[in-house]
Amino acid sequence: MTIGSLPPRYRISIDPVRCMECERCIENCSYGVFRRDGERILVNSRNCTACHRCIACCPRDAISLEEQPCDYRSHPLWTREAREAIYNQARTGKIILAGMGNALDYPIIFDRLVLDACQVTNPSLDPLREPIELRTHIGKKPAKLDLRRRENGDVELLTPIAPNLRVETPIMIGHMSYGAISLNAQVAMARAAKEAGTFMGTGEGGLHSAIYPYQDRMIVQVASGRFGVNIDYLERGAAIEIKIGQGAKPGIGGHLPGEKVCEEVSRTRMIPQGSDAISPAPHHDIYSIEDLAQLVRALKEATEWKKPVFVKIAAVHNASAIAAGIARSPADAVVIDGFRGGTGAAPRVFRDHVGIPIEAAVASVDAKLRDQGIRNEISVIASGGIRGSADVAKAIALGADAVYIGTAALVAMGCRVCGNCYRGLCPWGIATQRPDLVERLNPDVASEQVANLIHAWTLELAELLGAAGINSIESLRGNRDRLRGYMLDESLMQVLDVRQVGA
Amino acid sequence: MAKQVAIDGNGVHYTPLNQQIRKAVADGADEIVISNVLGQRFIGDGLRGNITIHIHGVPGGDLAIFMSGPTIIVHGNAEHAPGNTMDAGKVVIHGNAGDAVAHSMRGGKVFVRGDIGYRGGIHMKQYEDRCPILVIGGTAQAYLGEYMAGGLLLVLGLHGPIKTREIGSGIHGGEIIIRGDVDDACLATGATKVPLTDEDRARIAPVIREFAGDFGLDPEPLINVEYTRIIPASARPFVGKYTWE
Repeated sequence: MTIGSLPPRYRISIDPVRCMECERCIENCSYGVFRRDGERILVNSRNCTACHRCIACCPRDAISLEEQPCDYRSHPLWTREAREAIYNQARTGKIILAGMGNALDYPIIFDRLVLDACQVTNPSLDPLREPIELRTHIGKKPAKLDLRRRENGDVELLTPIAPNLRVETPIMIGHMSYGAISLNAQVAMARAAKEAGTFMGTGEGGLHSAIYPYQDRMIVQVASGRFGVNIDYLERGAAIEIKIGQGAKPGIGGHLPGEKVCEEVSRTRMIPQGSDAISPAPHHDIYSIEDLAQLVRALKEATEWKKPVFVKIAAVHNASAIAAGIARSPADAVVIDGFRGGTGAAPRVFRDHVGIPIEAAVASVDAKLRDQGIRNEISVIASGGIRGSADVAKAIALGADAVYIGTAALVAMGCRVCGNCYRGLCPWGIATQRPDLVERLNPDVASEQVANLIHAWTLELAELLGAAGINSIESLRGNRDRLRGYMLDESLMQVLDVRQVGA
Repeated sequence: MAKQVAIDGNGVHYTPLNQQIRKAVADGADEIVISNVLGQRFIGDGLRGNITIHIHGVPGGDLAIFMSGPTIIVHGNAEHAPGNTMDAGKVVIHGNAGDAVAHSMRGGKVFVRGDIGYRGGIHMKQYEDRCPILVIGGTAQAYLGEYMAGGLLLVLGLHGPIKTREIGSGIHGGEIIIRGDVDDACLATGATKVPLTDEDRARIAPVIREFAGDFGLDPEPLINVEYTRIIPASARPFVGKYTWE
């Protein structure tokens, strides 16, 4: 024996006094933690992922979960994760794949920024009796308007206006593909997006016919694998998004393993059942910023210039220069996906170490676009680690027009962020294609929960705006004066363009 | 009587040009002849219908991108990526074409009489009855059939044997069939040579005949001759690369 077995990550225990042996834990655990042995329910804690399904289903609160019941000798450098990655790679010689977003303990900039409120000198607004405008429009805005007065006194607009998406709240749902998540999960979120007057992304998984009723709320994605992309798909979407990169894995492609390509997934992606869906790292018709502009034009030309086209990039060191290049193409919005963005599966080294935080990226993109006088040419959507309405407000104050949420919407449907999405056994019916598991997610209930979440954040945003004496989300956009940095270093505050608390 | 529409492409931007094409299709034209084409991109972009379009001149990049159905015949050369993400239909080019020909093509046919640039047939893929076919009369530059996930890529080498390198880099589906022998050194990692069986030959013969017919060539000397078939060494090139956390 060289390495031997590693200490279990979790310990599940059942209180025999409380347990009534109803077996709900056995039925619900898709990882095989529980089994019956005569009069008892036995536990194999090694299979546990801390998904909490058993705890949520236990009618007697008999199950308890302990994290890291047996740890290594503590050491600040040689953490458990560092040691276990070495054991894994010493055994396999392979790249480690992991689920969900960045798991390293970086400081969270959002939590070092505080919002402002009015006191005495300018009164705050009460959203109960004063309208707070949260509606915004995503797309190109003209630099100026040419108007002409008609003989009858009417004013005629001469400037052609590019198509925009009208969102009733600046909270949109980002791209999670059918394949990475279940159809029930996608249908639930699409219905919630329609209900909330916002939009959601398809991911690179095509558009299942069950989503057609919500297609006017869908942003259809064109990524490097071009899976599911044809003219019918492009015409169905409300907007089109070219995915260049993703915050969870900047610079690399995607790879849906053949095991997840079931009959229905194969149909929407338009690839044979059971085959690996490999999205190359770059789009092979985009090797330059000019080529990107060409694909933007190709998509607009295909849909007769009726649809906004977004470009999503991962937040990387020179995101602001790239965004400025994108703004000079006919693209309508640039999506910046920060390094905390979620994913079904990504190489751990990328998930944890590549890219920059969304707060710094969105602030520098906004600043660069303003410096160049082209901020109005394009909308900016921030994504990657938006956890609540405060993060939304801060992202907008740092320069975003709107945000994409991803993980938060999944959590609203029951996800416990256990990070085992890549195994396809999600007991919550979210990141799985196994019919019995998918069935557990009721789209009627789940869509209501996602819509509730968006509604609640929207109410909070209105309150935050009112308290700050601002009656429109557009007046918060890029409004750094309503932010202060708390315990942030001076150079980072320069990048964010915010002042210190007390200043 | 077939309804023919003539469009003069002289100095016309691609958007009004495509608008004229769409209008002709909507009006029930069977054939459109576009003259004086000079570098307009996206001709036939997302176009549907059962129509034949003749292009006289040199169309710009992304000819027939997202196209689903029509036939486009180019009486000249084409720029990069004709047949990009094409769904169905046919593109016949009586000349040479640039890089990334038939990029991500899912169905239909692209026939090029002459040579093509780098990365021809990159990421072509097939699904059910849709199997894209790219036939090159001349030769191709490096990274032919890169990332190929499906379909048939046929190189006839009418002007001599192919000498390009990195053929089939990252190929994980479909097949590349090249007339004559291909040196092992020309193959990329992940691609492997197998003998062409009689069944394979019977399968490609109609494609060769159709190609020859489109360009007025005699197909017979191209049929019972030596071909090299290149296929993926593994349908799942990444499967052994990863371990779970």
